[in-house]
Amino acid sequence: MSHSTSLVKKTSHGANMRPMAIEQQPLTAEKRLLLEHEHVPGINKIDVYSSKGGYEALKTVLKNKMTVDAIVDIMKKSGLRGRGGAGFPTGSKWSFVPKNDGKAHYLLCNADESEPGTFKDRVILEKLPHMMIEGMIIGSYAIAAKKSYIYIRGEYTYAALAIEKAIQEAYQAGFLGKDILGSGFDHDMYVHRGAGAYICGEETGLISSLEGKKGWPKLKPPFPAVEGYLKSPTVVNNVETLAAVPWIIRNGPEAYAKFGTEKSKGTKMWSVSGDVNRPGVYELECGAPFKALLEDCCGGVRGGKKLKAIIPGGSSAPIVTAEEAYQMTLDYESIASKGSMLGSGGMIVLDETRDLVQVLKNLSEFYADESCGQCTPCREGTGWIEKILHSFTEKQARREDVDLLKNIASNLQGRTICVLADSIAMPVESYLKKFPQEFEKYLKKSTASGTRV
Amino acid sequence: MSQHHSSTAQAYSKEVQFSEKTMTEFKNILAKYDSKRSALLPVLHLTQDEFGHLSDEAIVYVAKLMDLSPAQVLEVVSFYHMFHRHPVGQHHLQFCVTLSCWMNGSHQLMKSTCSRLGIRAGETTADGKFSVVGVECLGSCGSAPVVQVNETYYENLTPEKLNRLIASCKDGEPRQP
Repeated sequence: MSHSTSLVKKTSHGANMRPMAIEQQPLTAEKRLLLEHEHVPGINKIDVYSSKGGYEALKTVLKNKMTVDAIVDIMKKSGLRGRGGAGFPTGSKWSFVPKNDGKAHYLLCNADESEPGTFKDRVILEKLPHMMIEGMIIGSYAIAAKKSYIYIRGEYTYAALAIEKAIQEAYQAGFLGKDILGSGFDHDMYVHRGAGAYICGEETGLISSLEGKKGWPKLKPPFPAVEGYLKSPTVVNNVETLAAVPWIIRNGPEAYAKFGTEKSKGTKMWSVSGDVNRPGVYELECGAPFKALLEDCCGGVRGGKKLKAIIPGGSSAPIVTAEEAYQMTLDYESIASKGSMLGSGGMIVLDETRDLVQVLKNLSEFYADESCGQCTPCREGTGWIEKILHSFTEKQARREDVDLLKNIASNLQGRTICVLADSIAMPVESYLKKFPQEFEKYLKKSTASGTRV
Repeated sequence: MSQHHSSTAQAYSKEVQFSEKTMTEFKNILAKYDSKRSALLPVLHLTQDEFGHLSDEAIVYVAKLMDLSPAQVLEVVSFYHMFHRHPVGQHHLQFCVTLSCWMNGSHQLMKSTCSRLGIRAGETTADGKFSVVGVECLGSCGSAPVVQVNETYYENLTPEKLNRLIASCKDGEPRQP
């Protein structure tokens, strides 16, 4: 079998490529389970990965001929929730796949990391590809999938190449291919590159894209677990979710669930950017205080400035004021209690000088550009939001535009096939609610006269 | 999008056909999937690598290879940002303009690059060497601002680093500045 793709050609550019840099040594505020060996030289190679306990989980599963139920049970007990944004329990997702239905099953790894502020999967893809591959083989075994695909965003060329190499090593070591470790389980794994479309990170959009179509999301139900890729049962899991699987199998679900809070188990990788001294990827126990991430890991707000607000979980997450942020802990419940969400863990930090109307305008341009155009409320509404926010910054806003924004945001939510519309509507509502003075400042400067027609 | 159709526009042949090597790669790609159509995105990447952009002729050619109609191929091509219908510069500068990069000055960097090269965003220089576009989040938020030149990321950009990068492009081989 050949794994050569057009990527191989691109090795000629390799000299210019380099993996992203993250803090080399764990910080005291961190709890590194997934990233424990991230700083070990050569950890992207199979021999080094194996010397640190890599592929032991897969051997345990296959040599003990663990049942599907047993694996699902372990995942459920661990409390692991999807790390891509939605936070759905992984064990439950796997359990929805029908058994012995005679159909082909598929596992798809969602490596389409495109949510603004999110760059944590890149670390796993570039530096710890085997951890994700091992998780994928175990997940595939648990849902009886003979094929799996890593759907990686087209721009991540370096990462795609790193995974291609790691897959080849896994074939050579007998962890992929026919009759893996004498278990009778056959599995093939492939890299599939996207081509630049945010919507393909939505699981049904990803499936459409993998089917060779526009990345249009599909109505649910049917859910992918029943009718997904090529109308076959399919599980779509995020990179970080799959990378957590080997640790959980190796150490037991209880060990994983010991970390975190009641509803947020284990650790979470945070990618922090914006106005901080040390932006980067950090892994913290769920439930850690926000201050530990901001100050101990990221070295505080850049330039000694004060914090104004944060966007906690990727740009779709409603904004959180500085005051709320300092009361917040890094888990699903606490962030939800501040009217926002943990999401992907892509945190953007905004200092006291940031103009939040400009910030929201920038994000509205992103969502208007990335709306797939399938549903009218989203296709039109994202553009309207963008235009109205432009009118604010161009001093052409009218007082009634605040209500118009609220009206559009409210009419966007829950009226489309996927949540892209909600992903700008919820932020719009939160910025207006929590920072009305920022909009007021522009209204006072506005030179618009008369009313809109 | 406005484009200067420069000498590179004539660089592609009307006779669109894969080389033998590319045809082998094409067959390898098909073997990965349980449905032929699933191979469309990787085949389009392959086609763009081979011909530089996806011309009308290339779309008809791919449609034939994939047992699809040209319209089915075109609707996919036009949906994805990375596929080009027209030639882009030899060094295609893609500035991330989304929040974290924007907060770190990506718009100014793009603007100064455009004025230095004498083009607007979305255009190619007359000699076909450079094109500039603004793109959405590249997942480089922690090392913002970033410009992607063809396939390669150049992160933590400053005006000085960007100058060195463009100079190295002019010398023929872009280098990490």
